[in-house]
Amino acid sequence: MLQPVLPDTALPPVFAQWFAVRGWSPRPHQLALIEHARQGESVLLVAPTGGGKTLAGFLPSLIDLAETPKRARKPALHTLYISPLKALAVDVARNLETPVAEMRLPIRVETRTGDTPPGRRQRQRHSPPDILLTTPEQFALLISSRDAQRFFANVKAVVLDELHAMHNSKRGDLLALGLSRLQTLAPNHRRIGLSATVADPKPLQRFLVPQPMTGETLSSIVIGKPGAKPKISILSSESYVPWAGHLARHTMPEILAAIKQAVTTLVFVNTRSQAERTFQELWRLNNDNLAIALHHGSLAPEQRRKVEAAMTRGALRAVVCTSTLDLGIDWGAVDQVICVGAPKGAARLVQRMGRANHRLDEPSNAMLVPSNRFEVLECEAARDAVIAGELDGEPLRKGGMDVLAQHILCVACSAPFDADALFAEVRSASPYRDLSRTDFDAAVDFVATGGYALKRYDRYAKLRKSPEGLWRIAHPRIAQQYRLNVGVIIEDPMIDIRLQSKGRPAGAGGRVLGKLEEYFVETLTAGDTFVFSGDVLRFEGIHENAAYVTRTNDPEAQIPSYNGGKFPLSTFLAMRVRQMLADPRQWKKLTHPVGEWLEIQQLRSKIPDEGELLVEAFPRGRKHYLVCYPFEGRLAHQTLGMLVTRRLERLRMRPLGFVVNEYALAVWGLRDMSGVDMDTLFSEDMLGDDLEDWLTESALYKRTFRNCAIISGLIERRSLTAEKTGRQVTFSSDLIYDVLREHEPDHILLRATYEDAATGLLDIGRLSGALTRVKGNITVRALDRVSPLAVPALLEISKEMVAGEAHEDILHEAEESLVAEAMSVD
Amino acid sequence: MTEKRIEVNGEELVLDSAGALWWPSERALVFADLHFEKGSFYGFTGQMLPPYDTRTTLKRMMALFDAYSPALAIALGDSFHDRDAPNRLDGFEREQLASLGERADWIWIAGNHDPVPPSWLKGTITEEVAIGGLVFRHEPSEMNARGEIAGHLHPCKTVTRRGQSLRRRCFASDGKRLVMPSFGAYTGGLDVRDIALRSLFPKDFFAYVLGRARVYAVAG
Repeated sequence: MLQPVLPDTALPPVFAQWFAVRGWSPRPHQLALIEHARQGESVLLVAPTGGGKTLAGFLPSLIDLAETPKRARKPALHTLYISPLKALAVDVARNLETPVAEMRLPIRVETRTGDTPPGRRQRQRHSPPDILLTTPEQFALLISSRDAQRFFANVKAVVLDELHAMHNSKRGDLLALGLSRLQTLAPNHRRIGLSATVADPKPLQRFLVPQPMTGETLSSIVIGKPGAKPKISILSSESYVPWAGHLARHTMPEILAAIKQAVTTLVFVNTRSQAERTFQELWRLNNDNLAIALHHGSLAPEQRRKVEAAMTRGALRAVVCTSTLDLGIDWGAVDQVICVGAPKGAARLVQRMGRANHRLDEPSNAMLVPSNRFEVLECEAARDAVIAGELDGEPLRKGGMDVLAQHILCVACSAPFDADALFAEVRSASPYRDLSRTDFDAAVDFVATGGYALKRYDRYAKLRKSPEGLWRIAHPRIAQQYRLNVGVIIEDPMIDIRLQSKGRPAGAGGRVLGKLEEYFVETLTAGDTFVFSGDVLRFEGIHENAAYVTRTNDPEAQIPSYNGGKFPLSTFLAMRVRQMLADPRQWKKLTHPVGEWLEIQQLRSKIPDEGELLVEAFPRGRKHYLVCYPFEGRLAHQTLGMLVTRRLERLRMRPLGFVVNEYALAVWGLRDMSGVDMDTLFSEDMLGDDLEDWLTESALYKRTFRNCAIISGLIERRSLTAEKTGRQVTFSSDLIYDVLREHEPDHILLRATYEDAATGLLDIGRLSGALTRVKGNITVRALDRVSPLAVPALLEISKEMVAGEAHEDILHEAEESLVAEAMSVD
Repeated sequence: MTEKRIEVNGEELVLDSAGALWWPSERALVFADLHFEKGSFYGFTGQMLPPYDTRTTLKRMMALFDAYSPALAIALGDSFHDRDAPNRLDGFEREQLASLGERADWIWIAGNHDPVPPSWLKGTITEEVAIGGLVFRHEPSEMNARGEIAGHLHPCKTVTRRGQSLRRRCFASDGKRLVMPSFGAYTGGLDVRDIALRSLFPKDFFAYVLGRARVYAVAG
């Protein structure tokens, strides 16, 4: 029987009946959302996947539309739904059709994504549907159109799905700015945010509602019932666990066995190259010819479609995939999720598990497969965190200036704007609530003429002030150009991989197999073999921005492709791992090889305490090593390594190089470094001048700059002329960075880059926090030989590529002698 | 500064890590592909690149003039990015350029697709010039390439060491002919593995990669 939660909340009869016929009861959170909507309040719904969350987001709108007779309304947009993935928008639209059709509601539901044909898009602008499902980029495009005012004037509700995944990112910035514009166009609309469980919901509650000039406002919040406790197993051997590497080759037979026992399995890995290798390894053992497919972002789109279609048909037993499949889509029959390698964060793990078995009341099944000893600790920590219901918090970012620049141009394309009014509007967007007027004006100046002290571009100004004092675009072409370049997702520069046609010379065209990062292809010479798209390919040469390859019959590739991890270990998980290490009683649940590893570490050196920085110094071969254990993730360690090495150089310690992994930094050199003053070496003042100096050279920093340059519109991704002629002019953003830094070090783009670096590829913010924490808490151990804890880091030294995956054989050899040395107890 | 000495068609040449060529016996300094005002050229497309590339290029050129005190200076084509470029120079840049024009005899090589340097610039304008065992032209030719010093291709090489990959401009030579790196501050590069460049050298060649203060010879 239906039991309304709140006295005035009764579902309209049609809806109540629909639920009853299906044998469902409306859930409390669904009813709560209806009530908030009735009050016109914006609300955040926090609930696990599979609990009728999406329906909860739409019910208020469906009810509202059902209660207004169709004759009384002209075609106008009532509800806007925005999700981060276009496939998700399409999927949700399809699911929404069911209640609409079954209740015979006179409601038009449509989607609008990059794939929507131009004819339909045109028609949507003149005759909008009642409910439009779309993406943040399409939303920005609609805001930028000349009839945005008319199009959005009647909007009553906005539903933001997967808000936890979007809000704290550049996409979130762009979305927040778009919503601030919508607030001006449709002042009376309410918002619903749908989110998975998060550590702290306040930032999302802020995101949902306009912020005042001072202080803050939060939306209401409804917390859904937690789902059944997840069942997480960790596959780990009692006899052998690798010391380093990310391939988990030794577990492939067990993974295959698990696939056999389930209906459909998702095998998640952290990087594209791991996906390729895992796919290969599984097929090598796949004597039963189970239908196992591969899915990652670099494959040609048609190939991805094929896999997605087969998945929906239920034709696949397993898909080896990367995070491109992480979000939202309900693949129905998936009943098992296997995560190879560490999940990098409890939140990621929960999301991935949400993919299996979308029935809320049944526990989802996940199997974690650590690929090396340290990952065993990471996996244990992640499992404990998920079961305890704790998730990672994230450092909050401020709104990016590059995204603001893109938005200013967006608004100008729609209609001339008044600077004072736009500033107030932008400030109401949560990520920009602390924006200064000076910075806002600098952003406008940048959009108009590049923001340079040298006034070279006045004649080409993109924005001009009208006699009334409004800023408007100088030429319609600028709006066209803006529309081609909307968005904040920047890929690394990619080049096409073309299969060399038989009998034709290299460089003469060929089928495109997909794309690879330019910086990987740059390192290949003719004859090198690597794995891609499930095959072992031979690099032949490049021509006109395409790399030419031929297929080989080699079972093995020489070159490991690409780097070890896209996401570093999250701060939260790192902390849990440290806690686990610091408490020997917790080691009991670890398998024997891992437990032994830690015990001998304790014997020979020490296990770092929770708050301390352990530094070990030891000789090996003809070199001296300094290994420290900050546990702050690869990226922060990479930055730390650069800075520490510079300091050691100044101290004449002759450092030769360094390597990092998720928990350690190892430096090696010609001199014994055990006597160095560690408090000075690791002092946080290294983030001043030393950092400044290093940043000029850093390739990672320049990559961050490139992203800002593209997002802000300084460099366009796609040009009008290229669309016509097919030839793209590309600029080296590195050269632009060098010149800009020399002449205008305070330019807005350089500041945007620096702020990005704090949380992005250099993780400076995280490093800064770590250095402050360990101040005065550094313990040094001078050892006569390598310690067990240092072994994985040292094994990284045998790798040739950028933080790449070592070929297993190389590892094996190095490992034998190194391990013997470390683990002997005398 | 540390430099690399090589021989091209019997003539001894010095490769400077700034990306210019020094010919001791003729006291000649050679630049290729200066592309003045490339930055400002794209203003009309809405891409307003920092308009400081010309003065950066000029500053680097002046440092080389100070270091070598050449009698002869040769610019190997594409000196100005486009026909209108000379008009976009401001007073300061024009002054700098003019002063360089006073410090040596200048030869401005201009291929038939190149914008012609402005009349107020001192020096000879020609399509190609032969001096001693060398011939200077803008675009590498398929024939008569012995002793050729050419530009146009902007060669670059990626070097991978110790897990780091660096992409840098380079000279490319097999001892018989040489392709110069581009000198302009905003000039990018064509990979030495590209067929367009490989086809110039029948056998092996060297890539002389520009480091911060040194030139590194690696296999091309």
